[in-house]
Amino acid sequence: MNAGPHRSPITRKGGEAMSAIDAGQGRTRAKRPNRLFRNKTAKIAAIPMVATALVIFIGCTLWTVYHSFTGSRLLPAPHKWVGLDQYERLWSTNRWITSIENLAIYGACSMILSLVIGFTLAALLDRKIRFENTIRTIILYPFALSFIVTGLVWQWILNPSLGLQNVVRDWGWESFTFDPLNNPEIVIFGILIAGIWQGSGFIMVVMLAGLRGIDEDIWKASRVEGIPTWKTYIFIIIPMMRPVFVTALVLIASGIIKVYDLVVAQTSGGPGIASEVPAKYVIEKMFSSQNLGQGFAASTMMLVSVLIILIPWAYLEFGGKRRV
Amino acid sequence: MSDTALASGVALKPAQDALSGPRGPKPKRRITPANIILYSTLFVVCIYYLLPLYVMIVTSLKGMPEIRLGNIFSPPVEVTYEPWIKAWAEACTGVNCDGLSRGFWNSVWILVPSVFLSIAIASVNGYALANWRFKGSEVFFTILIFGAFIPYQVMIYPIVIILRESGEGITSFVRFFYEDAPTIRLMGSLSGLVIVHTIFGMPILTLLFRNYFTSVPEELFKAARVDGAGFWGIYFRIMLPMSLPIFVVAMILQVTGIWNDFLFGVIYTKPDTYPMTVQLNNIVNSVQGIKEYNVNMAATLLTGLVPLFIYFASGKLFVRGIAAGAVKG
Amino acid sequence: MKLTTKLLAATAMISATAASAVELEVTHWWTSGGEAAAVSKFAEAWNATGNTWVDGAIAGSGGTARPIIISRILGGDPMGATQLNHGRQAEELIEAGMLLDLTDVAAAEGWKDIVNPPTLLDACTLDGRIYCAPVNIHSWQWMWLSHQAFEDAGVDVPSNWDEFVAAAPALEAAGKVPLAMGQQPWQSSGAFGVMTIAIAGTEAWLQVNRDKDADVAAGPEYTKVFEAAVTAREMAADSNVQDWNLATNLVITGQAGGQIMGDWAQGEFQVAEQVAGEDYTCLPGLGVNEILDTAGDAFYFPKQDDPEIEAAQKEMAAMLLSPDVQVAFNLAKGSLPIRGDVDLSAANDCMKKGLEILAGGNVLPSGDILLSPDTQGQVEDLMVEFWNDPSITAADAQARYAAIIADAD
Repeated sequence: MNAGPHRSPITRKGGEAMSAIDAGQGRTRAKRPNRLFRNKTAKIAAIPMVATALVIFIGCTLWTVYHSFTGSRLLPAPHKWVGLDQYERLWSTNRWITSIENLAIYGACSMILSLVIGFTLAALLDRKIRFENTIRTIILYPFALSFIVTGLVWQWILNPSLGLQNVVRDWGWESFTFDPLNNPEIVIFGILIAGIWQGSGFIMVVMLAGLRGIDEDIWKASRVEGIPTWKTYIFIIIPMMRPVFVTALVLIASGIIKVYDLVVAQTSGGPGIASEVPAKYVIEKMFSSQNLGQGFAASTMMLVSVLIILIPWAYLEFGGKRRV
Repeated sequence: MSDTALASGVALKPAQDALSGPRGPKPKRRITPANIILYSTLFVVCIYYLLPLYVMIVTSLKGMPEIRLGNIFSPPVEVTYEPWIKAWAEACTGVNCDGLSRGFWNSVWILVPSVFLSIAIASVNGYALANWRFKGSEVFFTILIFGAFIPYQVMIYPIVIILRESGEGITSFVRFFYEDAPTIRLMGSLSGLVIVHTIFGMPILTLLFRNYFTSVPEELFKAARVDGAGFWGIYFRIMLPMSLPIFVVAMILQVTGIWNDFLFGVIYTKPDTYPMTVQLNNIVNSVQGIKEYNVNMAATLLTGLVPLFIYFASGKLFVRGIAAGAVKG
Repeated sequence: MKLTTKLLAATAMISATAASAVELEVTHWWTSGGEAAAVSKFAEAWNATGNTWVDGAIAGSGGTARPIIISRILGGDPMGATQLNHGRQAEELIEAGMLLDLTDVAAAEGWKDIVNPPTLLDACTLDGRIYCAPVNIHSWQWMWLSHQAFEDAGVDVPSNWDEFVAAAPALEAAGKVPLAMGQQPWQSSGAFGVMTIAIAGTEAWLQVNRDKDADVAAGPEYTKVFEAAVTAREMAADSNVQDWNLATNLVITGQAGGQIMGDWAQGEFQVAEQVAGEDYTCLPGLGVNEILDTAGDAFYFPKQDDPEIEAAQKEMAAMLLSPDVQVAFNLAKGSLPIRGDVDLSAANDCMKKGLEILAGGNVLPSGDILLSPDTQGQVEDLMVEFWNDPSITAADAQARYAAIIADAD
């Protein structure tokens, strides 16, 4: 996959650097050494990475997938083969279906909102404002707090009899109702508010860093041309920041898939099963219900969905480049 | 596949002058309608982000009766430091009633080696991936990135089994040479915990370091090669001195992650060496009994102090490092 | 000291070698005020024997504590002793030979004769061997009623479920929530269990839970239960709290008429300085069917290679069931002791009611003993959905419930 044509510009740049060095080596050495021993130190230095990738991420994933076809309960039981039973049960479980739907809503909203909020805030901060350092720190600090804490505090702020709703009513707006955590229809958005609060600061910093990387000349040129600022952002700056957006997306997406602590701390999945998420299903089936097989089947489905999203995207990404 | 795209892309500008300052159009006058909108938007945003912190601080200074009666935004009528004292020194974890103080140094002892090793390994990975590609290196990197999407909890049992087996393996290997060597345990020891943190920190850190090192001007690298410097020579003499910002970022991410970690901390330690988050969990997560919100909040703030301090202290460096690590590449 | 002598005797019987002091690490999830006080009774008693109790408290049962406990056992780094609910949770660990066999301690101490009800010991027994030390009894079968709420509504405090249902409109008219319900899954499922035993009767309950008879679960007895549960759901519609103790608090403050909750709710009334019979009433078995289920906690001892530790583990097992320790522990915890031969005159009214029922033998094994955690999890999922979603009819819920029972193992 790092062969030839499907490389984005910088990889190509790195590649050229390497081939230049390879060429240099070629000149000094008469014989080409065995491929395995080329770059020997680098390979040795990469052993921890290779071992982690193979043993932990591939090995444990295969182990998990295998055990999802077994009737493992409290302990892994490789001999209790049950075929697709765990998957049949999984897909006939209401709670799992709700979890998937919630993740889709939460994921889509969280991705869009994080990017939009992150970018907008970064753009605002980039306008040579005063107190930039202070404001940036304020927006970023929630990232230092764990999801448990985030969930707890927001559960409280959104609590109708203690928090926001109560305060607004005290101000005299008696009919004000804002009770997302007890309304099954919108509870997932209550969680979203907290999730965005915790994570958007980091995305903002990534975006800000990207904006700082844009050449001053671009702004000068757009001013000379008389293009309005908002147009410059949308049609010139954002397309230039594509790699930044991609990095941000990976950061957001890996967080979304794993969302668990936040839900546990904020709603415990309630009311009813209205705010269940897949990671919570997996963990509870594995550890509370002592049904490892069911938990593994659910986590395998999560992995598959990650692959389903990533593979076509990667294909488009590189397929497009190849045509150029 | 995915990685090359996400990690690479356009090199916007060389790292050095990336952060010379804001680049947006210069506002001309102080008070313009646009500026009023700008600052009032930022003001509202700041309120949204500060509100929870305010609630935590205010609540931690109230007594329980006041919390039950009043609303959570009102400032304390009677300021009490009791919850802070309780959280730090008196809150009970089972039979031990010495609060969070018990876990603070344990957390530090876990934090230091874990942060050090995970950053050391990830930076070497990133360096190898950026400057010393070998056949298949990108494949391993891709796998690593996929690893970032797996919930930790799914990996607990297989990793426990791997650590147990490799601990036994190492023991019998050592005993092959020295018959009365002590049993080496990876499971239930600090070394096991450090390994686990290194593994789970690896995907994102490697991504950051790889992108950063790719942006280092290749002339430097070539020149060093011509001078005969090898893999380690270039790493220590050229790459390390240039990489302060990205090391700061890595450090911040790892300090936050490891300090806030509960699950691994409790599996791989003994009661005497439980990290601070175990006490926090016990204070915040008790299934039964009355919830002492003020103590919860004080405990939360106390536990968060270390990462918060690092965020506030590192300020600009963090953005600089992110700029170099996450954006370039 | 009586206790010490007895312990020494017990130790001597088990093994003559264990003379030196041993540190035993004990993991448990008792972290709230009363629970921690109860645990410290164990710790004090243990330390008094010259050994050392190393406390490994981890809050949050199920999801939080269990992976930690299992990981440590699985990874070959076990603790000296660990709390688990007795019942079917530990079955596999026993089968895998990871837990210490306590049969000889049980024989030496005569557990068979003293443990009451005997089902508790059965829960610790697999293939005739005993693997755990039960320490207390908790029962779900209680309903707690607020005198103030009924007074405000101008009706008498009901003495059974039917009267309670009849009083509900009056409560509602007075602006009260008739039935307080926390929304966590275990609460939904527990309340349903209580209603089942009261309404369908023990016979039907046993057929479903013990014999896994799906026909009974789909039958008319259970239909009545599900219909009653729909009524209960309407009565609890305005109760929007999550935690059980917040729901109990609604009862304490008179905002709600009553709550179906286990005997641990009593601690909350005690803390609020309410008096049973004056400020609140406790109804075992919803006042319909006075019977207690006997869930509870137990300690298991993971196997270790060291004979010295093994001797200490057995010593601890014996200690946990000794009379003095039982009394001290259960008074602090608010639970019932596992042996009938101890003096509990210090207990309060509700606890005494419980003791009477227990002495009368009106007991049922708990769901923990009969159902696997997996089936319990499925029931909890169904119940929490049912309680919170008024669009699920009694018939729907019953059909899904019967399907779960049909698949149960």
